[in-house]
Amino acid sequence: MASENKFEPTNPTLKWIEDRLPLMGLIYNSIGGGYNVPRNLNYWWNFGVLAGFMMVVQIITGIILAMHYIPNIDLAFDSVQHIKRDVNYGWLLQAIHANGASMFFIVVYVHILRGFYFGSYKAPREILWFLGIIIYLIMMATGFMGYVLPWGQMSFWGAKVITNLFSVFDFIPFIGDGIVNWLWGGFSVGQPTLNRFFSLHYLLPFVLVGVVILHVWALHIPGSTNPLGIDAKGKHDKIPFHPYYTAKDAFGLGVFIIFFAAFVFYIPDFLGHPDNYVKANPLVTPTHIVPEWYYLPFYAILRAIDNKLIGVLAMFSSILIMFAMPWLDGSRVRSMRFRPLSRFFFWLFVLNGIFLGYLGQRAPDDILWFGLVATTYAQVATFFYFAYFIIIMPLVSRMETTKPVPTSIAAAVLEANKKG
Amino acid sequence: MLKNIKIKGLLAGLVGATIAFSGATAAESTAKHPERHHYESAGIFGKFDIPSIQRGLQVYREVCSACHSLNLVAFRTLGDIGYNEDEIKAIAAEYDIDTIDETGEVTSRPGIPADYFPSPYANEQAARASNNGALPPDFSTIVKAREHLAFMPWSSVYGEDYVIALMTGYHDEPPAGFDLLDGLFYNDAFEGNQIAMTPPLSDGIIEYADGTETTVEQMSYDVANFLAWVSDPTMQQRKEMGLKVMLFMFVFVVMLYFTNKRVWKKVKKGEDIDPSEV
Repeated sequence: MASENKFEPTNPTLKWIEDRLPLMGLIYNSIGGGYNVPRNLNYWWNFGVLAGFMMVVQIITGIILAMHYIPNIDLAFDSVQHIKRDVNYGWLLQAIHANGASMFFIVVYVHILRGFYFGSYKAPREILWFLGIIIYLIMMATGFMGYVLPWGQMSFWGAKVITNLFSVFDFIPFIGDGIVNWLWGGFSVGQPTLNRFFSLHYLLPFVLVGVVILHVWALHIPGSTNPLGIDAKGKHDKIPFHPYYTAKDAFGLGVFIIFFAAFVFYIPDFLGHPDNYVKANPLVTPTHIVPEWYYLPFYAILRAIDNKLIGVLAMFSSILIMFAMPWLDGSRVRSMRFRPLSRFFFWLFVLNGIFLGYLGQRAPDDILWFGLVATTYAQVATFFYFAYFIIIMPLVSRMETTKPVPTSIAAAVLEANKKG
Repeated sequence: MLKNIKIKGLLAGLVGATIAFSGATAAESTAKHPERHHYESAGIFGKFDIPSIQRGLQVYREVCSACHSLNLVAFRTLGDIGYNEDEIKAIAAEYDIDTIDETGEVTSRPGIPADYFPSPYANEQAARASNNGALPPDFSTIVKAREHLAFMPWSSVYGEDYVIALMTGYHDEPPAGFDLLDGLFYNDAFEGNQIAMTPPLSDGIIEYADGTETTVEQMSYDVANFLAWVSDPTMQQRKEMGLKVMLFMFVFVVMLYFTNKRVWKKVKKGEDIDPSEV
């Protein structure tokens, strides 16, 4: 979207700089008065900014924690305790970083589901959507390796279980054989594993920043979508990002920080696992190995399938399938506000995801309801998960009669204002 | 009606999640769910119960420390639980710390505040050899390592409660039909119900410096408070800062709310905003 409002500094020094390196103009056009945005964005559009905020928080706290952390299997656990006990405000940095990972995932999950609901993946935003999925995958890898660093029992055994999954690729000639030993850097999870995870945990966030820049760039080509899902036409439909959305996002950010702070200051260990307060011991397996909460739905999918190879493939496909969404969804209407049936299935999908998360933290042979074990429920939920993408989305989107869509954003907004 | 679907969906989700998560920790555990006790450290205004923690330190030093190490706790940190510099020096000096003298011989010296509580055993093998093969765990993070916070508070297990339940959970005789292994003790708070630890406390086993009666319940409560401090020594500082952050953020968010409202006034009226004029 070409903006009519250009950044033209009047101060001669600033103008001199801007003529040679238009950096201020870039920022102005990205998140300032130069970026024109639909006037009707609701608070669900806040979560992109929140995700960006969490990324910055994680990088800053992470860099400082890395100054005190020791990636050595004999010292890592104690060094985290040292950070919490002896480093000035180390307890605060550690709590922000550990809970920050969860917060990052919470806002990103809302951000992704907002995309589902309002059809943000549809033309012309497909590449923007792909970049978002790549960001999510990088986050998963970074979060997993970060959880290994404190070298507690759950760190160690989580690392062991997840890296072991790659042994299913053993059948592939040349690369498959010994892939797990290659990941470990040895014949078990040990010192080389911890060292490389630390290295990659420090590297990946900066890769993430790069992809986020592409994500924001791709966003600015068509501009933000909006709750009505119709294209913004002309200046009646749009307002500048600053001051309108900077003010709105600042308020949303404040509310979010209160939520975040409640965890950091009052229940810093709620989202963690008690076994991670026990130093890693390769000889003692915890009775129940569970990954961090944000992986649980995918962990449930993995365990739902009896065959390990198919289970692993299903787990990866459950995320990769999102790449196909722009084509699986054939509706000409973006927003689910005008697609009641799609909307119904969307909420079922959300509930199903929460249910999968619940199943992910139960033991597979736990008897739940009606005498059936967790795995049985996980199989049903996994079936629905994939059916949503492969069956429901293509059919419903093409067959559903949509409700009438407003002609323009301004018309719809003014109509709503008149009603009260 | 369509709005209803959304609301119903959300409601169903909440109800579903509540039912689902409420059973989350009700796992097939053989251990009795620990009874909830009251602690001054609980809640958002929680403070360390210094007299109790000091008594708990005494229990640790006179009873637990015979088998359990406290590797991550330095004597200097006892300042946080109300000891002054001289008292800390005196406590530290009561311990022998391994060192190497100027001729290279291994020897020992009295502890100083910068030292850490020394381990009761030279190594893991020695510890196991003296304890029927079991390894007495280090106490530095023990309360946090036993704390299972669930989505529903009533199914949560709090570390302090666990310590008390374990200390008071011994039975002289296992229930009829329970096959207790030789050398183990029946304890209803311990997973599996048989524990290698000899019942460590009995009424009057020590004498408190402040004259408090040393019942098993009292000593358990005090040592639980002490170990909670050991596991989470910045708890009070954290909650105090949290209160300030929260108060600030609430005021700040109200200001942001009204700022936002004011900024949007023209747009909400439905007026056009000419982007070039902002």
